[in-house]
Amino acid sequence: MIVAERKPFEEIKELVKEYKKVLVAGCGTCVAVCLTGGEKEVDILKTELDMARRLEDNPMSLAGFTVERQCDREYLEAFDSMVGDYDAILSMACGAGIQFLAERFPQIPVLPAVNTTFIGVNQDIGWYEERCRSCSNCVLGDTGGICPVTMCAKGLYNGPCGGTNKGSCEISKDQPCAWYMIYERLEKQGRLDRITRFTPVQNWENQVPRTLIQPGYRKPEKQ
Amino acid sequence: MRLDYPSNIKIIRVPCTGKVDVMYLLRAIQKGADGVYAVGCLEGSCHYNEGNFRARERIEHVNTLLDEIGIPGERVRMYNLSSGEGPTFAAYAKEMTEHIRKLGPNPLKNK
Repeated sequence: MIVAERKPFEEIKELVKEYKKVLVAGCGTCVAVCLTGGEKEVDILKTELDMARRLEDNPMSLAGFTVERQCDREYLEAFDSMVGDYDAILSMACGAGIQFLAERFPQIPVLPAVNTTFIGVNQDIGWYEERCRSCSNCVLGDTGGICPVTMCAKGLYNGPCGGTNKGSCEISKDQPCAWYMIYERLEKQGRLDRITRFTPVQNWENQVPRTLIQPGYRKPEKQ
Repeated sequence: MRLDYPSNIKIIRVPCTGKVDVMYLLRAIQKGADGVYAVGCLEGSCHYNEGNFRARERIEHVNTLLDEIGIPGERVRMYNLSSGEGPTFAAYAKEMTEHIRKLGPNPLKNK
């Protein structure tokens, strides 16, 4: 899932300081699961903003609305009839959702209330850890299911580097060396030959926004 | 026991302090309550194991949120006692009332 973190309250307050009517838009998928931008967090932010602005004798009118997903036109439609009433939209979705909302309503400022942080896993309630950098070149089959791009500080496809130190990374003793973990796991699986396979380095330069159209879903007019 | 405790306290019953949500606490302050406190079971005695620990965490979170907004977070507190401690309940009620009186009324009142 995509994990996001709420922006500091001061920053959000500053973003909406000139507006009197703001719609706080929640997203019911990833950011709701990571307890950052779902229906409940929308309620909390609305309450905080309401109290802060009343304290400053500059009250604002706030409404909250959470859709299933802000990264999907099907659900954004629900905003169509209501956005006209607001000076700005404060979106609590991930960066993709915020941009899709801004694209749909270019006449209204769409402001971010969260920082999109990573693609990660749920270790416990409220505890998330990064596992994927969406590099478009998955090598997990050769690395025992441990991602060297995410877990190695240098993101090395072919490691380890000279900084590996008894299982730790040179940046910190608390940071495990990804390639040491990969070695251990492959050894347990009897697949150590995989570690010697060379993976061509990723061309991180000149990256443009990626598009994916699943087979069978290409529209005839776009072919 | 016929114990006295301040009459300005409105009691809202919940099945466990673990049910006390951040929004309950914020909403109380937003609507003008001068202070809010949760009274949970003694730490280590929760029937649901960690309900009172969760409540404490949430109260600490609300303390931070209120401080950020500009309302002293100490208007929200957590107390622990066992269900047999009536006199302690009354003592905590008095202590909280005095604490809030020192802080004065909720700054959101009349705004």
